[in-house]
Amino acid sequence: MTESVKVTTDIDSLRSEIRDNSVRVIDVRREGDYKQDHIPNSVNLPLATLLSDDSPERVLKLVNSLGIDDETPVVVYDDTFGALASRVAWTLEWIGHSDVTLLETTYGNWKSLGLETDSLTPEISNKEHSMNLQSNILATSEYLESVKSRDDVILIDNRERLNYLEQHIPGAVSLPYRTLASSDGILRSKEDMKRLFDNRDISGDSEIITYCGSVGTLSGLAYYALKSAGLSNTKLYVRSFKEWKNLEKPTDKQQDANYWDLSAE
Amino acid sequence: MNFIILSISKLTPSSVDSAKPKINWARIDEADNFANTVKLYRQGKYDEDSFRRFRLQHGAYGTRMTSDYAMVRVKLPAGEIYPKQFETLSRLSEQYSIGSAHFSTRENIQLHWVILEDVSEIFRSLAEVGLTSREACGNSVRNVMCSPLSGVCSDEKFDSTPYALATAKFFLRNPMAQSLPRKFKFNFTCCEKHGMVRMVDVGLIPEIQQINGSKQKGFKIFLGGGLGNRSFVGHQLEDFTPEEDLLYTSIAVMRIFDRLGDRKNLARNRMRYLVNDMGWEKFQNLVLKERAIVRATQSVVTKLKVDTTPDKITRPLKISDEGGSSVPDGYARWLKSNTIKQKQSDYRSVFITLEAGDITSNQLNSMAALIREFSSEGKARSGFVQNVALRYVHEDDLVKLYSRLLETGLAKSGGLTMTAPVGCSGTTSCNLALTNSHRLAKEIQRKFLELKLDEDDDLADSSIKISGCPNSCAQHGIATIGFFGGGGRLGKDMYPNYQMSLGGRFDADTTLGQTCLRVPAKRVIPVILKIIELFKANKQSDDTLKSWIHRIVNDSEDSDIKSIGDIKKVLEPLVAPPTKEDDPDFYLDYGSDTSYHTKTGKGECAA
Repeated sequence: MTESVKVTTDIDSLRSEIRDNSVRVIDVRREGDYKQDHIPNSVNLPLATLLSDDSPERVLKLVNSLGIDDETPVVVYDDTFGALASRVAWTLEWIGHSDVTLLETTYGNWKSLGLETDSLTPEISNKEHSMNLQSNILATSEYLESVKSRDDVILIDNRERLNYLEQHIPGAVSLPYRTLASSDGILRSKEDMKRLFDNRDISGDSEIITYCGSVGTLSGLAYYALKSAGLSNTKLYVRSFKEWKNLEKPTDKQQDANYWDLSAE
Repeated sequence: MNFIILSISKLTPSSVDSAKPKINWARIDEADNFANTVKLYRQGKYDEDSFRRFRLQHGAYGTRMTSDYAMVRVKLPAGEIYPKQFETLSRLSEQYSIGSAHFSTRENIQLHWVILEDVSEIFRSLAEVGLTSREACGNSVRNVMCSPLSGVCSDEKFDSTPYALATAKFFLRNPMAQSLPRKFKFNFTCCEKHGMVRMVDVGLIPEIQQINGSKQKGFKIFLGGGLGNRSFVGHQLEDFTPEEDLLYTSIAVMRIFDRLGDRKNLARNRMRYLVNDMGWEKFQNLVLKERAIVRATQSVVTKLKVDTTPDKITRPLKISDEGGSSVPDGYARWLKSNTIKQKQSDYRSVFITLEAGDITSNQLNSMAALIREFSSEGKARSGFVQNVALRYVHEDDLVKLYSRLLETGLAKSGGLTMTAPVGCSGTTSCNLALTNSHRLAKEIQRKFLELKLDEDDDLADSSIKISGCPNSCAQHGIATIGFFGGGGRLGKDMYPNYQMSLGGRFDADTTLGQTCLRVPAKRVIPVILKIIELFKANKQSDDTLKSWIHRIVNDSEDSDIKSIGDIKKVLEPLVAPPTKEDDPDFYLDYGSDTSYHTKTGKGECAA
């Protein structure tokens, strides 16, 4: 399966969809930031609100309260290079929403381009979304353990390189989240991304699992990067390295080198 | 309604660069070729040795204790680097490296801990801004260096930068330079004081001679020097080499090295060994004869394409000037120890000091902005000591620049003094390293700046250089106080240790330092401070540390401290190892919390 999937919505399309009132836009920034200004007609779902309880039942309630049913196209944005938006988008996918994409750019860039913003909170009436849990896009620590000896499963660590060198889940390969973005978009072009994965021998023949430091944001972005390059057989280890360490599971480290001392931070 | 919406998603903020690179060093097809070759190698269709040669030829060096990572060494010929190039390197350091990059001592900028499969992606991006890492490693002509002050130095006869660039251009990808017995290095300089021409295969100082009443440009050429496991000082070929003989001489020297250089004994195959084994006079004659042959047998006149069109010097326009002229703390200290007056009136060259050459991706971006805002030549130059020079800064803009440097963490003082030590990458990434020389250099700098030693004029012309092994990547042999790493032992317990040498220098009196004694890593700082104390107690009124040590190593000092042996006697009590029970920290290297042991892999740069 290497067919590309549309994972982002471009600025021009979103603006026209907003005019046509044919989209639900979710701003995942903090409430205070949202109240100051946001993309017109967008609704606010701060990531922290979602994460405080991300059980399917709770998520479904939140989705309903945002006026989203099974047919509503949803576009998500943030001001954190797409990582927070990705985590929210993935969660919608997980409970069974099929039409969710990321805005191709950040809110900061949207504003710096001088595009319209608003401080009004739209009136939203509740909708009924069905529950159709997509467990095939979720990886748990048990699942990771169960596939560790399979060589058709690729585990990708999206933290920064030094963190990876210091400690990672055995067998994981390093793909820092910064690798995924372009200079003006949250994701690089499909061609760039495909070439990068092809160089790494990461192909559609494998199942791919992404993880990052704690709550699946950076790895959420990687989940969408992989999808955009046609690698759709991808799962997010949403509890990520934080859980793995808390569970005292084995880790690997790059030994006998003082790489931290090369950093100018 | 769609038709009325302007398509603006392609808009990106544009920046205007006044200066653009004159030479494109890159070839985009080398990125594809590298990617494909890595694939073949991973599939077992390329043997280990051939792949290593290929990888090195393209500027990707091995990494400590692993074959999964490479270090990409990007060449900055003549040290020149432009704003867009800084921005690209910033992005690449975040995407494929550790969020920092590293300036070397040979005007390269290095990206470490890069996954081998990503190296071609770096090549691709470098090509967009005209940079290459081709022949930055391997048995080729390495980056052609030029003094960061060439063109602005008040002691230079003329600007050698165009000659350095032309030489780099001539030999890059040149078939005659693809399979030399070993690496080959050119250093151009401005004057005796600012270059390192006697510790390199070919060193060149610009010179002007009156010939038949007219001024003739040329060079003083030094051959056969070099630092390494064994170091040698170069010899001057002849009084004066006219500029039209520059290329013929270079080709002649390389042909001799190619023909007679040792291709078997990896430990002794740099040209300096050939010169030493043969004897200088014999080698010199050979070069002069070979040059006559080269000159006579070039079927087409081979010439360097020297572009001496002067750079445009335009003081950047200030869009907003806050007007507030308050001078930040530390400005005078920084001005004195980090800037040099240029021969062009009203302009200074500003040296930006990094910790052992390391720079964050944010700082790389800041450099691009600072060049655009402050440099009237619109580019920067990397230096000889893991630093960067921002030149053509107008005197009136220095306070403003200093404030901006403070904001970006680039305002460390002491850049042109002993408080900015050179440290090779050591155990942070190099296979050969025995100690964390890189961190030690940072520790010394932090301590010495805290002690404000950068304000001490007596220490300004001295240098500290620290290599993590006997091979001289940090050039310890020409330091006033030089160190190279090894292991020490008390009973069964090992500790990181350095061999210290004193009295090295790299000016007109280039000398290799003399071995003094072994200093444990955790005693290096107290030992240097003790040497400074000895100097202060015994110096003559106009002495600097450098001149004092110079007299000692030349047996011409008659105070209480007359010899290296006398210094050693004073220092010996400081270096005695305590037991592990008494001082466990002594047995740990900097940056490490597990007990020290020497561990090395296979080297690829030196013996």
